[in-house]
Amino acid sequence: MKFRIYRYDPEKDAKPYLQEYDVALDPHDRMLLDALMRVKAVDDTLSFRRSCREGVCGSDAMNINGKNGLACVTNLLELKEPVELRPLPGLPVIRDLIVDMSQFFKQYHSIKPYLVNDERPPEKERLQAPEDREELDGLYECILCACCSTACPSFWWNPDKFVGPAGLLAAYRFIADTRDQAVNERLDNLEDPYRLFRCHTIMNCVDVCPKGLNPTRAIGKIREIMVKRAV
Amino acid sequence: MTRALRQAAGAHYGWRDWLVQRVTAVVMAAYTVVVLGVALWNGGIDYPLWKALFACGAWKLATFVFMLALTWHAWVGVRDIWMDYVKPVGVRLALEVLTLLALAAYIGWTMQILWGGK
Repeated sequence: MKFRIYRYDPEKDAKPYLQEYDVALDPHDRMLLDALMRVKAVDDTLSFRRSCREGVCGSDAMNINGKNGLACVTNLLELKEPVELRPLPGLPVIRDLIVDMSQFFKQYHSIKPYLVNDERPPEKERLQAPEDREELDGLYECILCACCSTACPSFWWNPDKFVGPAGLLAAYRFIADTRDQAVNERLDNLEDPYRLFRCHTIMNCVDVCPKGLNPTRAIGKIREIMVKRAV
Repeated sequence: MTRALRQAAGAHYGWRDWLVQRVTAVVMAAYTVVVLGVALWNGGIDYPLWKALFACGAWKLATFVFMLALTWHAWVGVRDIWMDYVKPVGVRLALEVLTLLALAAYIGWTMQILWGGK
């Protein structure tokens, strides 16, 4: 199978280039990550992140034939050859397919991605009505692979100010949580033309999410709550 | 060399502009539907019909409200473009002020056309 892979080692290369590979696959190789491991066996200088190899850890996010996705859950049969692999767009490249995710996680941490509840914790757990718990479906499943935020033009232009789809999905996950007591502080924190309202509903995030989540809908709900508390 | 200011976010506005953009879009859509309705009803708009329409005070007012909605909508949209792409704050502020002045001039011009004629 033929590949064209983005290569860049800032210690050696003056500028990035695409390297071509043609590797023989095993009949059991199903996913792109399997093929990448074959490439790695041929050329061990190629660098990329991977861990769980089943779409849970979010390590092997990359730009596959122009669209962000996880190598481990991308079926080889669906890919047009030569498969062009590039690092996630918009983030600084550390080496080859490895990007510096600091800015992404900085935005994620800025929304306080944890339950805020000052009441004394109960003996076992904080209970929720099943219908309240249902509101968290489609939110808690995010694996923070950064496919969505790095596909978002608003995040490309203002990564230091715009929280980005992944961060905003997580923000709504806690805004929607009936056990959380900081909903107003959370809304105050997002009431900003850059932090929340740089989202122009382009919906690239929805298009690329490997977990099938919908950050645009979550962002819409945050806006709705914000408008409802003010109008 | 002076040290760059620390960056902060949290301007505590945004939802109002977002809502304004939607409400003004509805106003513009409603006006457009009415204009199209008038055109369909009369089999097109010729000069005498156009003149008769703008002789009516209510029509002038509706057109003015449409123009207010358009300029307000444009303000939010154009400022969004400056916010997305123009990084130096001074340049962005200058562009925003110029945009506001241009839009204010358009409103004045609209009033001249609607009520200043012979």
